[in-house]
Amino acid sequence: MFNYRESIDWNDVPLVSMDALCASVVERCRKGWRLLAFFGVPSPAGTEVLCVLADASSRLLDAVRALPGRAYASMTPHCPQAHLFERELFETWGIRPEGHPWLKPVRFCPAEGEKRTSRPGPAQTDYYRVEGAEVHEVAVGPVHAGVIEPGHFRFQCYGENVMHLEIELGFQHRDVEHLILTSPSHLVLPLMENIAGDTAIGHATACCTVIERLSGVTITDRAHILRRLALELERLANHTRDLGAIGGDTGFLPSSAWNGRITGDFLNITAELCGSRFGRNLLCPGGVKWDVDAALSESLVRRLRSAFRDARGSVDVMLETSSVLARLTGTGKVSFEDARALGLVGMAARACGVDMDARTDWPLCDVSGGSTRRRIRTTGDVLARTLLRSDELNDSAASAESDLMQLGFSSGEEPCRVSMPESLPPHRLAVAQVEGWRGEICHLGITGKNGEWLAYKVVDPSFHNWSGLAMALRGEPISDFPLCNKSFNLSYCGHDL
Amino acid sequence: MLNIIRERLHQGYRTLNYPFASPSISPRFAGLPSLEPTSCKGCKSRACESVCPTGALHISPEGPELDMGRCLFCRACESACPEGKITFTHEHRLAAYTREALIVRGRAPETIDQPGIRQARGEQKRDLSLFSRSLKLREVSAGGCMACEADVNVLGTLIYDLGRFGIEYAASPRHADGLLVTGPVTENMKKALLDAWQAVPEPKIVIAVGACAISGGTFRGSREGCGGVESVLPKGCVDVYVPGCPPNPWTILDGILSVAWKKRMAK
Repeated sequence: MFNYRESIDWNDVPLVSMDALCASVVERCRKGWRLLAFFGVPSPAGTEVLCVLADASSRLLDAVRALPGRAYASMTPHCPQAHLFERELFETWGIRPEGHPWLKPVRFCPAEGEKRTSRPGPAQTDYYRVEGAEVHEVAVGPVHAGVIEPGHFRFQCYGENVMHLEIELGFQHRDVEHLILTSPSHLVLPLMENIAGDTAIGHATACCTVIERLSGVTITDRAHILRRLALELERLANHTRDLGAIGGDTGFLPSSAWNGRITGDFLNITAELCGSRFGRNLLCPGGVKWDVDAALSESLVRRLRSAFRDARGSVDVMLETSSVLARLTGTGKVSFEDARALGLVGMAARACGVDMDARTDWPLCDVSGGSTRRRIRTTGDVLARTLLRSDELNDSAASAESDLMQLGFSSGEEPCRVSMPESLPPHRLAVAQVEGWRGEICHLGITGKNGEWLAYKVVDPSFHNWSGLAMALRGEPISDFPLCNKSFNLSYCGHDL
Repeated sequence: MLNIIRERLHQGYRTLNYPFASPSISPRFAGLPSLEPTSCKGCKSRACESVCPTGALHISPEGPELDMGRCLFCRACESACPEGKITFTHEHRLAAYTREALIVRGRAPETIDQPGIRQARGEQKRDLSLFSRSLKLREVSAGGCMACEADVNVLGTLIYDLGRFGIEYAASPRHADGLLVTGPVTENMKKALLDAWQAVPEPKIVIAVGACAISGGTFRGSREGCGGVESVLPKGCVDVYVPGCPPNPWTILDGILSVAWKKRMAK
């Protein structure tokens, strides 16, 4: 076991038998540990499987690896949160988890080392099917009616009611994890910022943190504050947009129209930091590229207050309208037990009563300030996800404002960027967990003998949370799907990579 | 009800009279690149070429060339050039009718023929015609990361109010005049993109938004397709290229208006 902020020697990661690895995962998860990542790493003896587990109460991580050969006994029946990791392992490395209840491809791409041409694409396979005289199937996507990413949804319906929803993704697969290994170092960060464009700051923070932890570099407090500020601005913009979209889908048009504009105000504050509305090109390993001086801090505080006032006003009007509340209450419920079992993260998990937030569980720095209040809702419905966003708006705005003021007061006292070593140290492993606006983003990097990447794993919160959306639809009328989907607002490309 | 009206009064009127009024964009925004004419012969480092993440910058015998179709506007070349010959202006109108016109070889904006800038130089008039102003676009995200999509979507909000130009996003390609494509076009989206394109009635318009759609952007080297729109749709089918990663919404709006101008000019 190791401290989450430290890197460890790759050779110190114990190599155990696959049975022992699976048994320890099942046992630990029963005790409240979480499966952070489970994936294949190439080694001279064949593909090794690396498993990283996290325990928030002790702030410890544990890494174990094994050589599974071509097949092993699936742990999904005993530990559902492993289900997608095991499917991914099967698809990418050809290692079969025997007894997996639903062993289908995740991204519909050929395994490592196989020809990349012919394949069954997404939405060209069989689906889980309910048989019966009055049962019918509804297929939606990949090209949807709105301006959103592609994905395929297959509903098994009895009349209006959905008995089962299967979500099939993979259309967005760009092979990011492989590109990272083969790209020159200056392309890595732009790639990270493109994993999920609405979470550019989240993924860039995670990647920079992995690189800094591997190199043992400590960045300045000022850099931490700037990153935290950008992360909270990202949360403000996305929560505001989602609240507007939920208003739009309930037919409450005033907030839907206003929030579209206010989202832009928050994005434009980020653009004042670095020129890009999505925070592209703001972070770099070693800190951040752009600083905020006293004058900029003052003007941004003013703009932040005004945008927050507008967001609050717009959302409050919506949330005091009884027809909106009636539409949201009890819709798209996910139980606490399901959320825990499936390993949901972030806002979607907190709306089901799961107490987790990487900002306080796994803080990136010890600099005071930031959002430390843990917001929990217990009903697990669309209303819970809406109110949680509304609560987090307050916390994020307060955190961003205090960080901006602190940057203004302490302007010029220390740099926002420190220099980084030319290359990464060999044979190290480091992990970063960052609370993006959707939830915990986990990045994991392992270096090879010359400090090159041996493996790089990205786990976007959407990877876990799409299963939550599928559960939310069980027993719901199919007409609730758009609203439920908006209340999660998951990333297709973050899942597909 | 009263609260909604009170809040409505507070929120105010926000639409900008674009393109007649100029939008306020962050001073740190990187717009149209400007390259000082120089032979680069004395420069041994060629640092600008090696720091460019997407290979957008190339030193030809005549001097540096910057392909906006690949550029992420990250300013790495700007800080790398020892002579300070590469700068990014604040000009947001970057759309081009041809792939070739995206390659910048000289000082901005004199040597650059972007339709938006040309319109601003005096050709632009308030369009009062009753007919032919409607443009319906079907958006297809083919591997897009949701940044371009978000800034395409935002044009429907009240700051930009795309609807006042007669332009709307259609729910089906069959109801559209053309496609607006974002994303590098992954292997798994090739078929869907081609199907959507074939479903659009003739004559069809294609708008490629973002470095990914134009050239594959950061994903050019991927094993999963990712060569941009023209790796799947026929060459020459793109009517307007809108560069950026992602382009600013005003840049996208200028691009969409440029295609509307082009469509009317052709009549």
